[in-house]
Amino acid sequence: MDTAIAVQVDDLTVAYNYKPVLWDIDLSIPEGVLMAIVGPNGAGKSTLIKSILGIIKPIAGSIQIYKKPYKKQRSLVAYVPQKGSVDWDFPTTALDVVMMGTYGSLGWIKRPGQKEKKASLEALEKVGMLGFKNRQISQLSGGQQQRIFLARALVQNASIYFMDEPFQGVDATTEKAIINILKELRKAGKTVIVVHHDLQTVPEYFDWVTFLNVKKIATGPVKDIFNDDNLTKTYGINYKVAINK
Amino acid sequence: MSSAQIEIQLIASLVAIACAIPGTFLVLRKMALITDAISHSILPGIVIGFFITQDLSSPLLIILAAVSGVLTVVLVEFIQKTGLVKEDTAIGLVFPSLFSIGIILIAQNANDVHLDIDAVLLGELAFAPFDRLMMYNTDIGPKSLWVISIILLITIILLFSFFKELKVSTFDAGLASALGLSPVVMHYGLMTVSSITTVGAFDAVGAILVIALMIAPAATAYLLTNNLKKMLILAILFGVISAIVGYWTANLLDSSISGSMTTVLGLIFLIVYLFAPNKGLFSVLYRQKQQRIEVSLLTFLLHLGNHEDEKERHVKHLNEHINWQKVQSKSVLNLALKNNMITIDNDIVSLTKKGKNFTSEAIDYIITNKNAEIENMKDRFFLFRG
Repeated sequence: MDTAIAVQVDDLTVAYNYKPVLWDIDLSIPEGVLMAIVGPNGAGKSTLIKSILGIIKPIAGSIQIYKKPYKKQRSLVAYVPQKGSVDWDFPTTALDVVMMGTYGSLGWIKRPGQKEKKASLEALEKVGMLGFKNRQISQLSGGQQQRIFLARALVQNASIYFMDEPFQGVDATTEKAIINILKELRKAGKTVIVVHHDLQTVPEYFDWVTFLNVKKIATGPVKDIFNDDNLTKTYGINYKVAINK
Repeated sequence: MSSAQIEIQLIASLVAIACAIPGTFLVLRKMALITDAISHSILPGIVIGFFITQDLSSPLLIILAAVSGVLTVVLVEFIQKTGLVKEDTAIGLVFPSLFSIGIILIAQNANDVHLDIDAVLLGELAFAPFDRLMMYNTDIGPKSLWVISIILLITIILLFSFFKELKVSTFDAGLASALGLSPVVMHYGLMTVSSITTVGAFDAVGAILVIALMIAPAATAYLLTNNLKKMLILAILFGVISAIVGYWTANLLDSSISGSMTTVLGLIFLIVYLFAPNKGLFSVLYRQKQQRIEVSLLTFLLHLGNHEDEKERHVKHLNEHINWQKVQSKSVLNLALKNNMITIDNDIVSLTKKGKNFTSEAIDYIITNKNAEIENMKDRFFLFRG
């Protein structure tokens, strides 16, 4: 089996105020996997994604998306930040937020037109939120807001999707709906990388997993490496508590 | 109206518009305090520029002031990044230092220059028409009118060009960065425009009131709309209203124009804060009261549903059983009656079919609140509102 490498991370070190949060990470993510990044709080999961996307500058290391630097491959990548990272009281509608996903392909100054609007409406329909297109975003529930974020990523029509805790604070129905869409993306040959908290659902949702705790503990197929040994190395002896939470 | 009066109102209106545009984004970025900092710390830039050119509306002065405005932001961020103090402390450290440098410079050279601290702090619109711009010996209008017009024109061009970039970097800087629409460029761009606008407005309204012109219209507009474009338009509208009404109030009271403008802004904010349809104080209080009655009604209906015993359903004893005061029991009873939820027969209250259905649906709604499918029911649940 010889698949292409979608994301290649070499010797990545990231520090905040000279304190390393990620230490010498090597990571190869094959094309077409649905991968969970797991690890305790403060393990650097979000930081890893943000460094790959160039939002945070690493102090060492290199990152390649299909063998080229991220800056040249922006159009291949979609990003869903943590829901809590934005101000949901911002004066805008669900449709408008989804349309922001088209801004990257538009580039500077050009404005979204009918084509972008149509794509955004389709994405809203895919996540079951078409009926809420004109709703002010603060009037949406947590699960609905997460669906809007997902639609915004879908409209980017990327090859690789990065998602930072898409299941945080959503109800069971939304969680099912989101994971179904992610699985569809994988079926279409896309690569999906998800920062994930709920260890229990890892084997059910994902086929690939990366254990992270400042250093990379392990990465590979869930069926091969999702075991007590790696969980203990990542979470310490209390990992069972983490699972049962 | 004399031509000077028209000119003053025109300048005041343009200043208000030029301030409202960056102000809207500053409010949304929760950076209102940074305007305060910029408006003070551009002072050394203005003073130094003034020493060089001896002209309060020279382009060099505007450039130097803008530089010291941006410098403030850089310094604040630098201090904040050390992690030793928080942002508000960093702001509090930086701008008084720069402002005091400006004050010392003015005081030291007070005898040589026509720039005094009162004018810097409060501005004086009334004098604006006296300083004319001459071109080929022809009077082409007050200088400050030209200055603020050019600044406003640039601001509007930038706003139209970079509206989408400004929006996405304000709402979600992480996404903007991942998309390659540099939020850093937008941030410093906005800071530069804010600094330049502050200098332009400075002449007219002074360092302190320029903050009000930036923040108050945007904050007022924010209470009235959920649409960024409408928020911008409303902010501009409030700015212009305050300029015109402020001018005539000052005229009537024979008082400071900038002071009157700001007072009008404050009054507009107060009125909107109290009476805004959704976010206003009265509207929020009213909604809370409605919700309280709705919950009471539900509790009451539940009680009726749970008790077959007639004693528990007697009108006169209801308040004892649910432990409510008479007024509340009465208004809830009336509400239930009005909506045909209950019937009263010989002072014994019974649920109607509608009441029974409603109760069980409402319970479902409360328990399964998380479910998206329940959304339609929400409207029915609140159907008896008002």
